[in-house]
Amino acid sequence: MTLGESCRSDFPILARAVNGRPLVYLDSGASSQKPRAVLEAMQRYYERSHANVHRSIHTLGEEATEQYEAARDAVRGFVAARHRQEIVFTRGTTDGINIVAATIGRTLRPGDEVIVSEMEHHSNLVPWQMACRDRGATLRAIPLKEGAYLDMDAYARLLGPRTRLVAVAHISNVLGTINPVADIVQRAKAAGALVLLDGAQAAPHLRLDLAALGCDFYVFSGHKMLGPTGIGVLYGRRETLETLEPGVGGSEMIKEVWLDHAQWNDLPWRFEPGTPPIAEAVGLHAAVDYLEKLGMDRVGAHERDLTRRCLDALTAIPDVTVYGPRNPEIKGAVVAFNVAGLHPHDGAALLDQAGVAVRAGHHCAQPLARALGITGTLRASFSVYNTAADVERLAEAVAGLRDQL
Amino acid sequence: MSPVQYSDVIRERFRNPRFRGRLPAATASFEDVNPLCGDRIAIDCRLEGGRLVEARHHGDCCAICGASADILVEIGLGRTTDELRGLQPADLLERLEADIRPTRLKCVTLPLSVLHGALAGKEIAR
Repeated sequence: MTLGESCRSDFPILARAVNGRPLVYLDSGASSQKPRAVLEAMQRYYERSHANVHRSIHTLGEEATEQYEAARDAVRGFVAARHRQEIVFTRGTTDGINIVAATIGRTLRPGDEVIVSEMEHHSNLVPWQMACRDRGATLRAIPLKEGAYLDMDAYARLLGPRTRLVAVAHISNVLGTINPVADIVQRAKAAGALVLLDGAQAAPHLRLDLAALGCDFYVFSGHKMLGPTGIGVLYGRRETLETLEPGVGGSEMIKEVWLDHAQWNDLPWRFEPGTPPIAEAVGLHAAVDYLEKLGMDRVGAHERDLTRRCLDALTAIPDVTVYGPRNPEIKGAVVAFNVAGLHPHDGAALLDQAGVAVRAGHHCAQPLARALGITGTLRASFSVYNTAADVERLAEAVAGLRDQL
Repeated sequence: MSPVQYSDVIRERFRNPRFRGRLPAATASFEDVNPLCGDRIAIDCRLEGGRLVEARHHGDCCAICGASADILVEIGLGRTTDELRGLQPADLLERLEADIRPTRLKCVTLPLSVLHGALAGKEIAR
């Protein structure tokens, strides 16, 4: 039995039908489904232990704090960070990037440069546009090469003494390209720049070793990795976080407050103002445990197998164009494609009628779509619970699309 | 039979649009984007004596949006600018004969707001 077949039954939603057909869910890149273990952990937390964390001097408050902080330890292990102080809980990837952009943004000077890439999700682009605009800094972008890869020679030319920060995706949410992040980090460090990696598409699929990778920031979301919505992780290298002012103020992030000033709290709470997403942290902990039990190496191999099958099946259909690398070994669990003469939204709506859920549109990466000369694509993405049969249902439905319009 | 999202009207207008193209002699044009999907549609109008005498639509959009624009031009021709301003999404939905889901309603209404933009003399943003 493959991984997908063996764990499907852990995901209650996969038992439902859509438009009279068993659901084939191929939109995990946008948001994954949740195993029963995650749903039950959150339910149990709310039924037994909920209270506010950290300053509630009563049993429930202690239990909630314990569970919230245990989630932090679980995430630390999952991403192989050296210290628990390096794990900041956020509302999601977008929130994490904005926290860093607000924090670093405050230190930018006119003439400073921030480097992004042409394949970024809007979430790793717009916050930097705003930070640069506000401070008179310049935003530069690593161009695409061969419509699928980062042009690393161009990256080398962009890096310089004015580069303050490099912000790129670990895995492209459209192309699936696994970017050479170790090389990106190393070159940025040599230029004296900070590095933020957008791991939204990578954390659910790859074994991470952030201590070894050496990036300053790594951000991802819970809901794309079997966890709940409303929680994400901002990993920040301790040495870097310690030098930063918090970007957002409020309770919890302070040690002591006077009328006109405040003293910041220790890490990681300095970057967690207000009541955090406690139940969501408990859910994320359960998701991390679930993934660890499956084994991230096994998860990765399973998803590469599905990606390979999907590439083979779609490229065999006439009029289908596939985007991004064709080699599953350097591709995340995402396959973007178009059917000639068919708008992606029409394609997705017709696939939905066949019970197949895919994403369609520009996938919040309009500069990338523009570079590829298209308005958007269809996108199938995979998670642990998908099977070869799901890919076959997709291919069958895609092959029939042209006749339906 | 209950209506489907891709009705015969939409399929027919997708395959054989009657008013797709550009109008070099346009007296008013406007183009707008659907922020949901990045679709872009433009409508070129020629107004004479306060009436719409000729119009074409062009752009990069889905079948529903294209069909809606095609129907809009068809029902708009010969109408006065006041009558055009009074056109409502319901006028288009009735003609499309389709079960348009809430997520796709903007695909139907975008051509209407583009036409209204053209009548109001709006500038095209880039």
